[in-house]
Amino acid sequence: MKSSKLWYGLLVIPFIATLFPGLYNRLEPHIFGMPFFYAYQLIWTVFCGVLLAIFIFATREKTDAR
Amino acid sequence: MHASSVVLILLLLGVTVLGFWAARWREKGSLESMDDWALGGRNFGVVVSWFLIGGDLYTAYTFIAVPALVYGVGAFAFFALPYTIVAYPFAIVTLTRFWTVASKRGYVTAADFVRDRYGDRSLEVLVAITGVIAILPYIALQLVGMKVIFGQLGGAFAAGGGVLALTVAFVLLASYTYTSGLRAPALIAFVKDTLIYLTIICAIVAVTHMFGGWAGIFDAAGKALAARPKPATLLLPSQLYFAYGSVALGSALALFIYPHSITSLLSARTRTVVKRNMALLPIYSLLLGFLALLGYAGIAAGIKVANPQLIVPILFQRIFPDWFVGVAYAAIVIGALVPAAIMAIGGANLFASNLFNEFSPTRTATETRIAKILTLVICAVALLFVIFVNPKYAIGFQFLGGAWILQIFPAFIIGLFTRWFHPKALILGWAVGIVAGTYMAIMTNFTANFPLHLFGGTLIGYGPLYALILNLIVTTIATPIFAAAKVGAGADFTSAADYA
Repeated sequence: MKSSKLWYGLLVIPFIATLFPGLYNRLEPHIFGMPFFYAYQLIWTVFCGVLLAIFIFATREKTDAR
Repeated sequence: MHASSVVLILLLLGVTVLGFWAARWREKGSLESMDDWALGGRNFGVVVSWFLIGGDLYTAYTFIAVPALVYGVGAFAFFALPYTIVAYPFAIVTLTRFWTVASKRGYVTAADFVRDRYGDRSLEVLVAITGVIAILPYIALQLVGMKVIFGQLGGAFAAGGGVLALTVAFVLLASYTYTSGLRAPALIAFVKDTLIYLTIICAIVAVTHMFGGWAGIFDAAGKALAARPKPATLLLPSQLYFAYGSVALGSALALFIYPHSITSLLSARTRTVVKRNMALLPIYSLLLGFLALLGYAGIAAGIKVANPQLIVPILFQRIFPDWFVGVAYAAIVIGALVPAAIMAIGGANLFASNLFNEFSPTRTATETRIAKILTLVICAVALLFVIFVNPKYAIGFQFLGGAWILQIFPAFIIGLFTRWFHPKALILGWAVGIVAGTYMAIMTNFTANFPLHLFGGTLIGYGPLYALILNLIVTTIATPIFAAAKVGAGADFTSAADYA
């Protein structure tokens, strides 16, 4: 249980990465022809799913199999 | 009749048959029991839940409103992405815990949990009323979305301002929801989302082809924005950074405490189903992001509309052959019916379980009967609202509903983790939050961003979130005061084991 607590840190990352637009509010570099502001947020929808999948895998318990 | 109208009618007839047939789908018990009618037997697996929750959260109105906002204000509208990103890491911790306690103690609503956790009937009733009031304008907005489409189709659909078509669609919706319960939207959600994904993918292919890639779309849209009487750019002005983040955060915190989210969530078979869905649902956010970009494609294509809500329907008419316009429009109309059905069930559950019923550990057949009839009533109220009230007010009320639903956050979400708050303090905090949220909504003319003057500076941010912070401060200060005054703190009927 102790080590699994650390995995909750993964869940904080999307908040930091997306709720502060100052981090990504720029045009360059363009990705797939999109300004960075847009491409970055689109990519984060996928990253978020991946982070959650890692979280679920890392914190799975026997009781989850119910 | 246009090919688009024929295709739309055929698809709508198809989902209506599906809606009635759903009563027999995965039938286990009788539909007399609340668990079976309102929660699909609490037996949906990962795939069904994914379509159901996705079809529920990403409503037709979202699909019309987000591109409309992009058309109107540009970059700020993309708060929809961080909003629908952070909602999931939040929900995987909180709502998984709620699912667990709800499944062990047999809750159908969030107010069921609040009653059990705080042993306070007035708090339960307030939480239930908040949910019902917040859900009504949300259903009305689904109708507004349908009305936009019917108006665009013209002919019989637009007759009497679309009232006839809306009424027919809603009577059918109410009937199959009455007979089949949550199984109807669960089954129809498959059709809805297949059509939505198909439409968006085709639209993306068409517009990128038309402009030679995204670069062409953004170039043209950027120039058009700069040439407006009130020039805008593709980037966010720095004074709106805080507003962007706080609107996204506040909306995300509210998303999963709405009654319809709770209803679709509790229909999941196991905790693992809930968790896996949190990792899979962001796929819908990606879809929403591309849909938002269609707002820019509309600007780039030189479409000028007085009502921004028409931007996507008109874009579809420009880029698709007529019959496929019918498919795309059906996607939006069915996309309104699915969440509307779940919202009506969610609202009816609150009425039946928390307002009419005294606490009873076994749910009776009467409760289900009341919920079924209330579903019809709620649909009728939403329909009358849209027919007789200016849609502008529906949007305003929906915004107010968002501000209000957020005020049950301390009792519901924080209550999942700690019983420290005093129930009477929660009531006081709720009242202060409701008043503050309403005041800020009126002061800003029902828009999201309230300029908070604090320590000599001004912080433009999400009004409902400010109201929640105030609510939390009041609840925290009042808790030790009520305890010291020896006001009865109610009994907690849950035990630690219920949450694990």
